[in-house]
Amino acid sequence: MRSLEPWVELPLQTFLDESSARLTLLMTSSGQVVAQHGFSRSLDVMTAAALGAGIGASTDELARLMGSPRFEALVHHGPRQSCLLSGFSTPRGRWIGLVVFGPETTVGIVQLFFDQMVQQLAAVAPRDQPAAPALAENFEHELDASLKALFGR
Amino acid sequence: MTGAQAALDRVTRVPGVRGALVASAGDGLVVAEQLMDGVDGRAAAALAGSLVGRLVRTADGAGRRPPAFVQLRAERGSILAAPCPNDLVLIAVVGPDANVGLARLEMLDAAGRLD
Repeated sequence: MRSLEPWVELPLQTFLDESSARLTLLMTSSGQVVAQHGFSRSLDVMTAAALGAGIGASTDELARLMGSPRFEALVHHGPRQSCLLSGFSTPRGRWIGLVVFGPETTVGIVQLFFDQMVQQLAAVAPRDQPAAPALAENFEHELDASLKALFGR
Repeated sequence: MTGAQAALDRVTRVPGVRGALVASAGDGLVVAEQLMDGVDGRAAAALAGSLVGRLVRTADGAGRRPPAFVQLRAERGSILAAPCPNDLVLIAVVGPDANVGLARLEMLDAAGRLD
């Protein structure tokens, strides 16, 4: 597990221990990676973050069109592995969690401990550092720096 | 009244039962519930569903038939679970003073009728 923010590590590690998730990616709603577990290549993280943020934006817009509040979670069930995509609010802004899990666990367990992680993140997030805005001109640099930090190269 | 609600009615009538729910064993999600305040049905469905799923796989791995009834006894009560047809599991949360024998009988009968 790698995280750019040290305070994310304990809640994320607890979630990983309890849920048996295979892959987990925490990102901002604009696709900037905050933490990851299970990915071995930075290219995969970059792709998953971009797709996750895109799906999050699409479902938010769908909810707006339907006049309903934001969707809490999107689950894709597959025969060998499944995927949970869930947006949540933190003191550092809106984040998205992408979790891939297999038949060794259940969507109920993953959702239960994901929600607990969200509560723990809200409790331990530093309040004195506001979230940095994701500006178009520095987005690529930020993403590149995040991936270098997460993969150590 | 659906079959699941009828099953929950029977189980929750047993003295000491604080709530009952039907969960999907494969997903760990709540299908129907009748719970007293303070009982987290979502957590019970996820955790008990996972426990029953693992026990079924363990029994299968040991070449044994799946369990018909599970009692997880704790300091302040028990979790009872009865696997049902169609990948469902009937779960009851009971206090320490519950009539577990009667609850077991009701759950096994109700689980057999759930389809």
